[in-house]
Amino acid sequence: MIELRDVTVEYRGRRVLDGVDLSVARGERVALIGPNGAGKSTLLRTVTGVLRPSRGTATLAGEPLDRLDRTAVARRVAVVPQQASIPFATTVEEVVGLGRLPHEDPFRGPRPADRAAIAAAIDRVGVGHLIGRDARELSLGERQLVLIALAVAQGAPVVVLDEPTVHLDLRHQVETMELLVDLNERDGATILAVLHDLRLAAHFFPRLVLLDRGVAVADGTPAEVLSPERIRAVFGVDPAVVRLGA
Amino acid sequence: MAALGEALAQPRSLTPPAPARRRPFALAAAGLGALLVALVAGVGFGTVAVAPGDTLAILGQRLFALDVARTWSPATETIVWDLRLPRVLTAMIVGLGLAVAGATFQGLLRNPLADPYVLGTASGAALGAAIAVLIPVRVLVLEFGLLHGLAFLGALAAVLTVYRLSRIGGMAPLTSLLLTGYAVGSLLAAGLAMAMHLSGAALRQIFAYLLGSFDAASWGRLAGAAPLIVLASLLVVGRARSLNGLLLGEETATHLGVDVPRERAILLALGSLITAAAVAVSGLIGFVGLVVPHVVRLLVGPNARLVVPLSALFGASLMAVADLAARLLGEIPVGVVTAVIGAPFFLVLLRRTRTGYEL
Repeated sequence: MIELRDVTVEYRGRRVLDGVDLSVARGERVALIGPNGAGKSTLLRTVTGVLRPSRGTATLAGEPLDRLDRTAVARRVAVVPQQASIPFATTVEEVVGLGRLPHEDPFRGPRPADRAAIAAAIDRVGVGHLIGRDARELSLGERQLVLIALAVAQGAPVVVLDEPTVHLDLRHQVETMELLVDLNERDGATILAVLHDLRLAAHFFPRLVLLDRGVAVADGTPAEVLSPERIRAVFGVDPAVVRLGA
Repeated sequence: MAALGEALAQPRSLTPPAPARRRPFALAAAGLGALLVALVAGVGFGTVAVAPGDTLAILGQRLFALDVARTWSPATETIVWDLRLPRVLTAMIVGLGLAVAGATFQGLLRNPLADPYVLGTASGAALGAAIAVLIPVRVLVLEFGLLHGLAFLGALAAVLTVYRLSRIGGMAPLTSLLLTGYAVGSLLAAGLAMAMHLSGAALRQIFAYLLGSFDAASWGRLAGAAPLIVLASLLVVGRARSLNGLLLGEETATHLGVDVPRERAILLALGSLITAAAVAVSGLIGFVGLVVPHVVRLLVGPNARLVVPLSALFGASLMAVADLAARLLGEIPVGVVTAVIGAPFFLVLLRRTRTGYEL
């Protein structure tokens, strides 16, 4: 679904990604880890076509990204942002409904199929009890679920998340992770998530990709990627700090 | 105990606030009704009162060639058709335009305090008008004088300058637009102050423009401004999808399939054209463009597909009513009326939406 070949991205004169190769197959669940400034968010922005590689190629579902327009990209990949600020009172249902924008007719607006997809996404993520609420008054955990429901309503085969658990307490972190696993295993969504918490990544993701200073230094199972030597070398901390279950 | 802990931990769930959502079709019908009432009242009331029946009959006869028995004098017909109707319609078109432009700028800039004048259009138009007053040349093209022309061009030039300047430097585009708009607006306001200082006897004329008025409305000027305002407003309605995408921010809009830089430029251009056309015929009239979209959003939610057309309807009615009030109160500036109606209303709105606005 996602193919990056020798991708180099420069941002304001700085090389943020340097010759990264990444191949994510349909139905995979991959966590992107690495220290701050390693280029994780840049990689996500490249996969979603926001940033163009200065070298190398990026393809999404078999199409080179630079040949897809924004709507075509939005039909292939849904992005769950960390948080979203909303300037006007907006109900949860209205927020989730925004997921249908890439499918909407620009003049006629949402059709019955869109409404059905919105209802299904609300049901799937389990935010039915929130639909009439103002999205700005929700707790951060509830907001995160609503943003995931928006991505589900978008109906794209790939879902990309940028640190989905960063503002959440432990219970909501685990619930969010379980939802992602469920979307991946039951609905077949291909999931690529940037995660800071190595324990969550190792526990809920079968494949980790470790970025360090713009280079993908390891790619494999949690046990392969998170060796004590590598944790020391890349994160600069005592590996005992990250005591992994397995 | 556990239940109490739970309740304390989630105080929000105790008072679930549900934003009200009313039926858009009922509101559209109400808006059309208000528009018709405003039209008949606006044409009927004045120093010479015309009965509503006569007003409707004259309109029916002129517009739809209805065969109605004449119960009115030719003078009445002149008042209705040549004086009051163009004025009421101009007020409606300007109100429509300012409300649509306000909804556009609020959505585009994601800022509830944005109004049609936020990016320098007002100062640009005012300075243009002031310069026109100072230039001792009188030209008239299709009933448009130098003042209308320079106000229109001044508004557009100001926005264009703001847009160009905002693209220099590394700030986020929206912040940059707002701050540049403020800076350019301040500079133009200084120019306006200088022009007013130099104007001498013409000061009153500049001042009248700043307060806004429809007393110079005519069919010719209406015919010049209306197509531009209506067409640009329709194009904004056609881009409702982009405005909706921008609700969650520019980055999310991009991920929802909106080509943000392109849509930002188009919406900015449309909103500015509407505003420039409106201020050219009527001068600067505040609050309609700020308040009307907010009221509509409170009723139907933030969906631009509903907000833009309904704002157009209610903006038109409100402006016609405000102009009628201004006339009945002895030709006071209509901007005073809209401020007197709009400002307290806006305060009430802000208080009612208590979690209100993230700025």
